[in-house]
Amino acid sequence: MTWIMARIVRAGLFGSLLLGAMFGISCTDPQRVSLLNVSFDPTREFFGEINAAFQKNWTATNATTLRIQQSHGGSAKQARAVIDGLDADVVTLALGHDIDRIAAETGILPRDWQQRLPNRSTPYTSTVVFMVRKGNPKRILNWPDLVRSGVQVITPNPKSSGGARWNYLAAYGWARRQPGGDDRSAREFVARIFRNVPVLDSGARGATVTFLQRGIGDVLLTWESEAHQALSHAEGLSGEIVTPSESIVAEPPVAVIDRNARKHGVLPLAECYLRFLYTEEAQMIAARHHFRPQLENAAMKAGVHFPPIVRFSLAEICGDWQAAHAAHFATGGWFDQIQSQRKP
Amino acid sequence: MKQYCKTRRLLPGFRLTLGFTLFYLSVVVLIPMSAMILRGSGMGWGGFWKYVLDPRAIAAYKLSLVASMTAALLNVLFGTLLAWVLVRYTFPGRRLMDALVDVPFALPTAVAGLTLGNLYGPQGWIGQWLAPMGIAGVNSRFGVVIALMFVSLPFVVRTVQPVLETFEQEVEEAAATLGAGRWRTFFRVVLPTLLPSIITGFALAFARALGEFGSIQFVSGSIPFRTEIAPQILIQHLDEHETAGAIAVALFLLIISFLILGTINLIETWARRFQN
Amino acid sequence: MARNLHRVLTPANTRSRRGADESRLTQWILIGIAAIFVGLFLVLPLVSMFYEAFRKGPGAYISALTQENTLDSIRYTLTIAVLVVPLNALFGLAAAWALTRFQFRGKALLTTLIDLPFAISPVVVGVMLIALFGYQGWLGPWLRAHDLKVVFALPGMVLATVFVTFPFVARELIPMMQSQGTEPEQAALTLGASGWQVFWHVTLPSIKWALLYGLILTTARAMGEFGAVFVVSNRIAGEMPIPLWVDNLNADHRGSEAFAVASLLAFLALGTLALKAWLESRHQEEEAAGLWTTSSPVINSGESETAFTTQTPP
Repeated sequence: MTWIMARIVRAGLFGSLLLGAMFGISCTDPQRVSLLNVSFDPTREFFGEINAAFQKNWTATNATTLRIQQSHGGSAKQARAVIDGLDADVVTLALGHDIDRIAAETGILPRDWQQRLPNRSTPYTSTVVFMVRKGNPKRILNWPDLVRSGVQVITPNPKSSGGARWNYLAAYGWARRQPGGDDRSAREFVARIFRNVPVLDSGARGATVTFLQRGIGDVLLTWESEAHQALSHAEGLSGEIVTPSESIVAEPPVAVIDRNARKHGVLPLAECYLRFLYTEEAQMIAARHHFRPQLENAAMKAGVHFPPIVRFSLAEICGDWQAAHAAHFATGGWFDQIQSQRKP
Repeated sequence: MKQYCKTRRLLPGFRLTLGFTLFYLSVVVLIPMSAMILRGSGMGWGGFWKYVLDPRAIAAYKLSLVASMTAALLNVLFGTLLAWVLVRYTFPGRRLMDALVDVPFALPTAVAGLTLGNLYGPQGWIGQWLAPMGIAGVNSRFGVVIALMFVSLPFVVRTVQPVLETFEQEVEEAAATLGAGRWRTFFRVVLPTLLPSIITGFALAFARALGEFGSIQFVSGSIPFRTEIAPQILIQHLDEHETAGAIAVALFLLIISFLILGTINLIETWARRFQN
Repeated sequence: MARNLHRVLTPANTRSRRGADESRLTQWILIGIAAIFVGLFLVLPLVSMFYEAFRKGPGAYISALTQENTLDSIRYTLTIAVLVVPLNALFGLAAAWALTRFQFRGKALLTTLIDLPFAISPVVVGVMLIALFGYQGWLGPWLRAHDLKVVFALPGMVLATVFVTFPFVARELIPMMQSQGTEPEQAALTLGASGWQVFWHVTLPSIKWALLYGLILTTARAMGEFGAVFVVSNRIAGEMPIPLWVDNLNADHRGSEAFAVASLLAFLALGTLALKAWLESRHQEEEAAGLWTTSSPVINSGESETAFTTQTPP
């Protein structure tokens, strides 16, 4: 009998130790500072390098070790995770709308977050380009080529992917800026493109995998940075980047989540981390990852050439995210209507 | 739930074990479930039906239903054949084949999805032969059915196999002696006996396929109205930040799960009675 | 979750006796179809996965497995399994005891509830947890006030995994304990043994095989779960269980690394099957030696009743 009791007691001890370990995992070592950056899909490699650079600067001046954790996923999904309790210290998402939602639904950062850092809290930008098959067999050179019949366009789902919203709005904006173009003709143009879309992945990364690894589609709509990133990692798979005559300025903003950072005691660090993105060093890293830097000569210094392109902003074509979301991406918006037209 | 004991309990531990069971189920199942139902009831019937009866969602339920049905039927065909061959014949490698049937059950579905997506993709070992025939191995309904078939295969085999094992061969022999041809014996004597287990196997395979998510996430490409399955609608809502939509669809799928469980129980009761 | 019982029921050497009445040709055609099906459908995926995993050579394979994030994800998966398996084993024992040793109202409902994870999509489980533990969920305000994290952290992953794997041990034990009846236990009680003594010395030895099978299945499922943890994961590199890390690597254009890590799970699966087969043969030997006799264990989901009744040797 006693050995049974001893066993039970031991099992109980073991169990409580485990439970302790389970909850203790979130406890922080005072000698170790940690920062969580919740980001979207196409920034994995970029932040890998940024974090290494920031850490190097940090260890040069601090005794404590710094650990920067990254979480990547579709922008809207990441925003939802933060709203539902993911403890981000900083968010670096694909579009302002997602950060607006965090601010509006939880109040863990002020609503005017976008005014806190230069360039509307956007340290680098990108633009939407085309990736085509080697040799461009379908001769896809500009936006109108996407609506030709027989051309398959790959783009992620704009409802879940922040990157894809920029893709969508780039197409919309191009059509709207054509002579005689208006909201109606632009919507029709977008609808025609989506009729050529055979697969809607939920994130930018998924779409790139579909295009490059699974070999589906003739053209991939993607961010310039993601296109270069994918080609450099494509392992024997090949594609070419085509820069259209005009495209949108994709602005992925960054923000400190004040309440979380304060709770973790890393508020100054988080601010410092985001400001670091505006330094020449970080801007050059951005350029090397084909994000267009805000700092003028960073690209030249990094030895990266960005092809010339006329870029229009979101404000020029549909005002702000609030309006764009309501008109196009909200439930029952234009994108939903396009999708239900596709119904067989 | 008020517990009432009908028979005199001779063995100890009723309160302890039942109490722990109920406590555990409450923490793991009942409380989260009621939280979801509560959140769902907040949106009212209007909101609930708006999400559940959305055309895109309906297309996804349809695909889930049809693809699971197809996969389960194909598995009935191949699974019964496999069970038959494994039980009735001797051949080299039979034990290996028998063991392999369990692979889809043991293999994590994400791994299955990754592998099948590669295998049936345009550059994959099988996909490159399908492509010239105009069949897309992935991002297609074909791919969805293949993946569902893969994950639900063991259910049919493992349900039919034991029944076939205990099957009285004398009956067959008697039928043969009476002059019935081999095929006739099979269709008149063997099949009817196997039928309950085949139906049970079908129901289990169907239920398994209906709930599958991991492998489909890798092979379907989530094309609205074409290759999206029901759980993906839910994920889509979560991705799109529509928690209400996700909860509405989750509630709907939960109700379906209970219905399926009930049906399977009925089928099993029927099968048991039939077999006795 | 259905499983073959015949290996246990009928020793292998007596199995082929069954005079197959079909002609040799028909037999070989059927065997041929079955072999092609198994080859194309079950073997080829495994082969292609190992091919992809090792395509870049053993060096790349090793480095994919030993990179920090992979090791972290292995550690994470093991942590989840270590927490989940004992909890579910306790639950399984308690539930099986309550359900097979007593009659009470609501028993059928309880049995159905135990089967629920088999019928429910794991994604729904994730949504339930978010509805309860998300900061916008039921307990959200309280959790936030106390700075506790459940979803998008380890506890959420553990709960999700517990949900999808809790029936396995119970489902193994219930048919087993049902078939055994309560006579030995009652006899022991009459002889003056205490409840715990009965459990340790009478019940446990007779259900150990079923318990082992249940533990193996629970472990395998817990390590391979994808859907439920997909919903509640925080997607921080190093805090993802192995299946999610595979998904993540695949999305990162690191296909061969994804396959390398996936092959780890495949080895786990094959190991599980091998272990199960070995246990079964041990079990069979023990049974053949006449140490004790019971019906064979049943690993299955809802069909246990059928399997059980159809399997009782005549």
